Amino acid sequence: MTVNAELKDVTKTYGNKIVLDTVNLQIREGEILALLGPNGSGKTTILKILAFIENPSSGEVTFQGEKVNFKNTEKVRLQSTLVFQKTTVFGTSVYNNIAYGLKLRKMPKETRDREVKKGLELVKLEGFEKRNARKLSGGEQQRVAIARALVLKTKLLLLDEPTANLDPKNAGILEEVIDTVNRENKTTIVMATHNMFQAKKLPHRIALMDEGKITEVGSPAEVFGKLSKNLASFAAVDNTFTGTAKATAAGTSRVDVGNGVQIEVAAQRQGATVVFINPQDIILSKTAVKSSARNVFKGKITEITDLDSLVKLKVDVGKTFTVQITKQSFNEMGLCLNAEVFIAFKASSVQVI
Amino acid sequence: MADILSDTIQALQLILSGDPTIYGIVSRSLLFSGTAIILAILWGTPLSMLIAMKEFRGKIIIKTFFNTLIGLPTVVLGLILFLSFSRSGPLGFLGLLYTPGAIMIGQAILITPILVSIGVSAIESVDPDIMNLAQTLGASESQAQIAVLKEAINGILLSYLGSFNRAIGELGVVLMVGGNIEGGGLQTAVMTTSIARDVQISEFGLAIALGILLVLILFTINMIVVLLRKANYLVELAKGPYAKLKRSRETKR
Repeated sequence: MTVNAELKDVTKTYGNKIVLDTVNLQIREGEILALLGPNGSGKTTILKILAFIENPSSGEVTFQGEKVNFKNTEKVRLQSTLVFQKTTVFGTSVYNNIAYGLKLRKMPKETRDREVKKGLELVKLEGFEKRNARKLSGGEQQRVAIARALVLKTKLLLLDEPTANLDPKNAGILEEVIDTVNRENKTTIVMATHNMFQAKKLPHRIALMDEGKITEVGSPAEVFGKLSKNLASFAAVDNTFTGTAKATAAGTSRVDVGNGVQIEVAAQRQGATVVFINPQDIILSKTAVKSSARNVFKGKITEITDLDSLVKLKVDVGKTFTVQITKQSFNEMGLCLNAEVFIAFKASSVQVI
Repeated sequence: MADILSDTIQALQLILSGDPTIYGIVSRSLLFSGTAIILAILWGTPLSMLIAMKEFRGKIIIKTFFNTLIGLPTVVLGLILFLSFSRSGPLGFLGLLYTPGAIMIGQAILITPILVSIGVSAIESVDPDIMNLAQTLGASESQAQIAVLKEAINGILLSYLGSFNRAIGELGVVLMVGGNIEGGGLQTAVMTTSIARDVQISEFGLAIALGILLVLILFTINMIVVLLRKANYLVELAKGPYAKLKRSRETKR
């Protein structure tokens, strides 16, 4: 097993605030490693340190077997690249955006043209070269950002919440791209995510993070199998709830997740359980609808986020649920903040982690 | 009324006949102000970048200082420069008073606060993530700063244009350090100072002719910049020498 990069006792502080606390982490050559943790757990800081745009306050970073001198990172920075969570594009054409890093690496024009074309094909944006990057939709801009990083063929690719704020179509495309470049180009990838299901699907290993510390490292099966205390604290993650399950006579179970919310689950469970409901599996209505859905709750809309063709809503029913609906439905239903709504989902849509 | 009409007709005749005195003054104005803007760009742009991109103590004071200087009455600046350039002044040894050099430097100093203030706000309005983005793609610090500058290019061009307009229309400083000398070796009469003098000696035809030409020049330069900006030409040019030209040639091929 070759090591791509390693953090040894890395601590990062901003003033009195400890963002990373003696982090030790090995990144293996060719793997996808997911940093899984709630917001503010230090995921982005690790990525910035690995991208060499942030210095650790103490500790050591080795990259490709050599200790990184943070006073002079210009050379190593050419070997590692980071795609930010908040998409940023240069106010120029898609071509110029993707070719930027290639130009810095003094690639001849023919190579640049070829690589930009290949990069765009990979993220399914063929023929977008001349378009103004700032005029693309959020999802397309994020795909340009990924292509811009991929064409550099760096030894290490760092992705910060690559699919957060993307609609499922764009998120799906990006997940496919991440998988492809890792499999075909053997690119080592470190991605920060707080999406449990992405963490379960894509990576070879997961590093769980909480309050600046790495609490567990292992394969997805190992980490999810243990259902550690840390993982349970992830209730902050969209539609992930922890509670106590009780089997019902009907062969299902009922998980009491607190605040009077009881979720019916198709599987039989007892004791501490973590459940997840995909935001797309939740049906939203203005009145209570009679249906086969075993879980129906009444609540209020507390947050509205506009994604490309979708709208993400937070509905407080005692616990906060994230619901995704199409923009058309959103407009037709005349929804607004604080509007009273009903959410419904089947017991079989509830996934037990 | 009849006088104004006849003076205007005389002015048009002077313009159309290509009067050498008038066009001498016009070309001197363009040369002096052109040099002044180049000087101001040379020291003002790095200064804008420094103020906008670096964090240091007293940054707000410096920014306020430059903003205040925009409103400084030109006669006050003229007086300071006059005293500095005069024989007994600290810069008297340069022998610049009443020479084109004094005008160019005077105008450059006058427009620096405009250039810096607008430049700083243009650079500061660029998404702060651009710098990090460029660096993650492999840019060195100076390359990343250039990337930021490119994003601010429209505002920066605007600061250059505003500064040039101010320089070519300037009277107070030019009169005090240039002296409006016509004839002889080092002529310093420019459009604004000539208009002021012509009015004093009731040469209204000449004054109107210069006034018309001054407005025409300002209009033409502004129009060219607007059109070039619209065609994105300057932006492309700033982004890479002849980038647009090369691209259009490639498309033709």
